[in-house]
Formats: sequence, structure tokens, C-alpha cells
Amino acid sequence: MVDNLTAPPAAAATTPAVAEATELPVPATPTTAGAGGSVAGHVPAPRSNPAQSLTTAVRRPGELVAGWLLRLAAWLTIAITVGIVIALIVPSIEFFTQVSPFEFLFGTRWAPRFADASFGVIPLVTATAWTTMIALLTAVPIGLGTAVLLSEYAKPGIRKVLKPILEVLAGVPTVVYGLFALEFVQSTVFRDWLNLPTGSFSVLAAGLVMGVMIVPTVASLSEDAMSAVPNSMRQGSAALGANRMQTSIRVVFPAALSGIVAAVVLGISRAVGETMIVAIAAGGQARIVTGALEQGQTMTGFIANAALGDSRVGSLEYDTLFAVGLLLFAITLTINVIAIRIVRRFREAY
Amino acid sequence: MTSTTVRPLTASLHNRAEGGEQSPKAMIFLIVLWAAMFIAIGVLLVLIVTTLVNGAARLDLRLFTEYPASSPARAGARPAILGSIWVIATTAVLAIPLGVAAAVQLEEFADKTKRINRIIELNVQNLAAIPSVVYGLLALALLTVLGVQNKNLVIAGATALSLLILPVIIIATREALRSVPAEIREGSLALGATPMQTMWRQTLPSAVPGIATGAILALSRALGEAAPLLLLGALVFVSYDPNGLLSGYTTLPIQIFNWTGRPQEEFRVLAAAASIVLLALLLAMNALAIYIRNRFQRRW
Repeated sequence: MVDNLTAPPAAAATTPAVAEATELPVPATPTTAGAGGSVAGHVPAPRSNPAQSLTTAVRRPGELVAGWLLRLAAWLTIAITVGIVIALIVPSIEFFTQVSPFEFLFGTRWAPRFADASFGVIPLVTATAWTTMIALLTAVPIGLGTAVLLSEYAKPGIRKVLKPILEVLAGVPTVVYGLFALEFVQSTVFRDWLNLPTGSFSVLAAGLVMGVMIVPTVASLSEDAMSAVPNSMRQGSAALGANRMQTSIRVVFPAALSGIVAAVVLGISRAVGETMIVAIAAGGQARIVTGALEQGQTMTGFIANAALGDSRVGSLEYDTLFAVGLLLFAITLTINVIAIRIVRRFREAY
Repeated sequence: MTSTTVRPLTASLHNRAEGGEQSPKAMIFLIVLWAAMFIAIGVLLVLIVTTLVNGAARLDLRLFTEYPASSPARAGARPAILGSIWVIATTAVLAIPLGVAAAVQLEEFADKTKRINRIIELNVQNLAAIPSVVYGLLALALLTVLGVQNKNLVIAGATALSLLILPVIIIATREALRSVPAEIREGSLALGATPMQTMWRQTLPSAVPGIATGAILALSRALGEAAPLLLLGALVFVSYDPNGLLSGYTTLPIQIFNWTGRPQEEFRVLAAAASIVLLALLLAMNALAIYIRNRFQRRW
């Protein structure tokens, strides 16, 4: 340490090499050998053989172990994905030996616990589609509006106040959202105030509240994308006589489009996978949903409800859980991969 | 000379109905943007107010001291609150070291040109977007493989939640590490420290505020999560205090879900009261995270 401080040439010589080699404890470069020797000549070094200490790596078993532990931690993330895939596929194979995949994917009656059991997943899919669509119709306009406001209009002071408030929306637990959808939106607003023809549950109430829940997802990712558009483009637009509205819509928005699309796609994936809001407020009857005021059981709603019953390991009921889970995973995985691809391919490097 | 000719020109530009900052269209656009913001914040306010109004009647000491009961008047959330504390503490112990270690490996040591590291990176992004119930299914399958009959264990719930928040912690930690300037690392290396020492004594300590913020936000997400725990049999009648990693438990969100599903109106009041407790906890955690971010995060 000390001898390196007093000998800047030696330090300068080793720096780039050390910075590049990220895994070896101390890389030995032939050029430092002479420098190290000269250092030893000037400064009385604490080590017995300073020339060697600068050229060859001191064995550090502790660091070797630490390096492997870090690598293991990183590989664990791969193991999780593999684990998920195996955990979902093995019971699903069991399921599909008893129920044909065709019947599962295209059947229109979902009644896994009835005497004349039927495993058509379409009713669950329609309920998921309804809640997701309603959530998107809520979240995309509100989220994009907020993003443009924060990125293009708001002064830094206002942004600093508004952003954390918006982030709180993402932090509200989904059970609390579910209770809000059931008690306030469905019961008080829809039935008492608006007298809508609806029961205790509806996909509309669940979807609207879910939309509010994903507003922060859409808003913050879109805002990041818009903030990344360089100011020179805004200035160019302003120089041509455009006002901020025109600049936002015709310059910033198209330039940030890939990020915005990715934000919306991630919003879709969150809406499809959201469980507690739909389990509480969308209803528990699996049937094909034809209107927003009807109740319906989504894929996630089914998994949550089936989990309440004590299904024996290896029973068809238990396997059904995983088959629906596999479908859910496949859908969200596809959506996520599309989102990541969009960001990678169309990211403009400004 | 020139100024007299320029001034009317700019004035005419600003007054044009089409292009001016104050033109009707631009004003309407701005109003729509603010409306979007106010709807989002308004819903949050309405949610908080209605929950407060609905739950105020039962927001008393009984909620904290009593055990669940079939009669709403005697019911409380004591085991659920303690269960949440047990599960979240265990989750923190499991997830934070693992997440930070994985992030350090990916950000500081991994060779980014290698295919395997790019795959890991993509995989972490993807894990962050997998629905939480799927993590519940993973934990359920894991317990089945291990041959565990009774799945309602603190350690099982904490494992599911750790897997769920691991990618969130990794992403936050990587961002915190990335914001530490390269000069800090280079300076340390130039003084003779090994890359591992540099990471442990310089880079990681500099990134602690960012890591703490990310970890607190991730834990607050785990605290509010119910779906994976439902699959692990957390929806049970617990009439004792959880007292260890192998103890049975229920958590606050699960208790709220349970009470929401009851037909009696009094249980909905209890659910709202428990929601207030949960919201207060989460707001406190969020505030702490924002405070750490604003107070301790260094701008280089």
C-alpha cells in the first residue's frame, strides 16, 4: 500500500491491467516487474520480498471462496427459472394424461370439482381478458398522461412531490385494493349510487381498480423513456415554432415509443398475473363473461380459490392448479419476452 | 434597428391560435394531463379515506391483542401481525444477502461479453415480471418434493416471498452499484487492493443507501403480498403466537382476505381496520425508503 503511494509510475503501470482483469486477485504483468524492483530499492517495504509481492498473486483462499459464492448466487436466478418450469410442467403432464390438451384449451365449460367434471379453460381466459382489457383502458390513458406531465411539463420541485405519491399507488397491498373494489367501487358506487344491474361482484370493478394499480408501472417506465429523449430534439422542435403540446405529441412521444410500448406491455403482464383483486372482487363462478358488469373467475382467481380447498398431492385437482399455472406462466412469459425484445431492438441510442 | 423588426415577428408567432403555448388546444391538452394525474391521486385519496371511515370503528387495542374468533366483537389480528413480522424478517434474512451477492457478481465481476452472463441478465428481468402466484406454485412443488405434509410453516412462506423479491433486490442493487463512479474502484485498485477487497471496502459501502432503499421497497412488497402464501396454506385459523421458523402462521394480508370473504358486515369492518394497520406500515416503509434515498444517497 505505502510503497505504491510513493511510487506513482508503478501504480500507473498496474492500474489499467488490474481494472481490466476482474476475476484474478492480482494479475502479474511483465512490465511491472522492473518498476516493482525499483520501488523496493527506494522504500523500505514491510513485506519480506516486495518485488515478488507486486508481480505474483498472493494466494487468497478466502477470496476464491467468496468469488464462488457470488457466482452461485447469480446462478441461483437461473435455477429459479428452471425450477419454475419443472414445477409447472411435471404436474401438468400428469394432468394432460387425463384431460386432452385440446379439451383444456378450447373447452367452454370449466367445472373441475363437479361430478361430471369438465376442464375447458375458455371461461377463465375470457374473465382474464375482460379484467385485463378494462385495466388497460384505465391505466394507459392515465399513466401516459401522468408521464407526459411529469416529463415535459412539471418543474423539478413539483415532480419531486408528485412522483413519490404516485409510487405509493404501486405500494398499496393488493388485498386492500380488492377490499376497495368490492366494498366501495362495486357495492357503493355501482349499486347504491349508479343503480347498475350488477351483483356482488363484477369484472368491471376488479378491472378498474387493477388499472389504477398498474398506473405507476405504465407511468414511471414511460416517463423514463420520455426523459431519455435528448433536449436538443425538444429545442429543435421549439425552434421550428412548435409549442410544448406539439413537441410532446409529435417529437417526444414517437422518439420514446419503444419504451412506452414496453411499459404498456409490462402493464398487461401485471394485469394478467394479478391475483388478490380478482379473487376478492371479480367473483368465483367460472363461466364465459360477455359483459363488464358480470362476474367471472379469472385464471389467477381460480388458482387462489382452488388453493383454499385442501387438494391432495397427486390428485387431479392438485394437477389442475399447475396446468392453469402453466398457461398463466406461458402467457406472461410471452408478453415479457416481447416487452424486453421491444426495448432492446428499438432502443434509440441518443 | 433589428430589434424593432424582430419583436412583432415573435409576437405574431406566439399569438397564432395554432402554435402558441396558450392556444385553446394546448390549454385543453394540459388540462387533460393534470386530470390524469388528479384521477390517479384522487383514487388513492378515496381509497385511504374510505378504508379509514370503514375501519375506524374497530381500530382499537383489541385488533392488536385479540386472536381471531368466530364472533367479530372478540376477534383481533394479533397472530397475523406477529406472523407478518416473522415472515418478513425471515424473508429479509434470506433474500437480501442473496440478492446483493447476485447483483455484485453480475455488476462487478461477470464478464459481460460471455453468453451465460447475458442470459442471466435477461433471466433476472424476466423473473421480475412473473406473476406472484407462480412463485407460490413453485414453493408448493418444492415442499411436495421435500415430502413436507404440513405446508403452513414460516420458513416455507418466507422462501416463496424471498424468491419473489429476489429479482427486485438484484435490479435495485445493480443500479446502486452502477452509480458508484469507476474512479472509486480504480483508486482502490491502484492502491493495491484486490478486486474483492475493492468491492467489499469501497464499492459496496458506497452503494449502501441505494441498496437499502431498494431492499426496503422490495420488503414492503413482500409484506403486502398474499397470493403465494394462499397456496402454501397460510389461510388458517391461528389462535397462538407464531414462535419460530417451523411455526404455523398467518399474515396480515391473508387475515384481511379471510375477513373480506365473510358474510357478516362486522368482519368487513375488521378487514378495513386491519387494512389501515397494513397501509400505515407500508407508508412508513415507503417514507423510510424515500428518506434514505434523499438523505444519504451521494451524487457523484
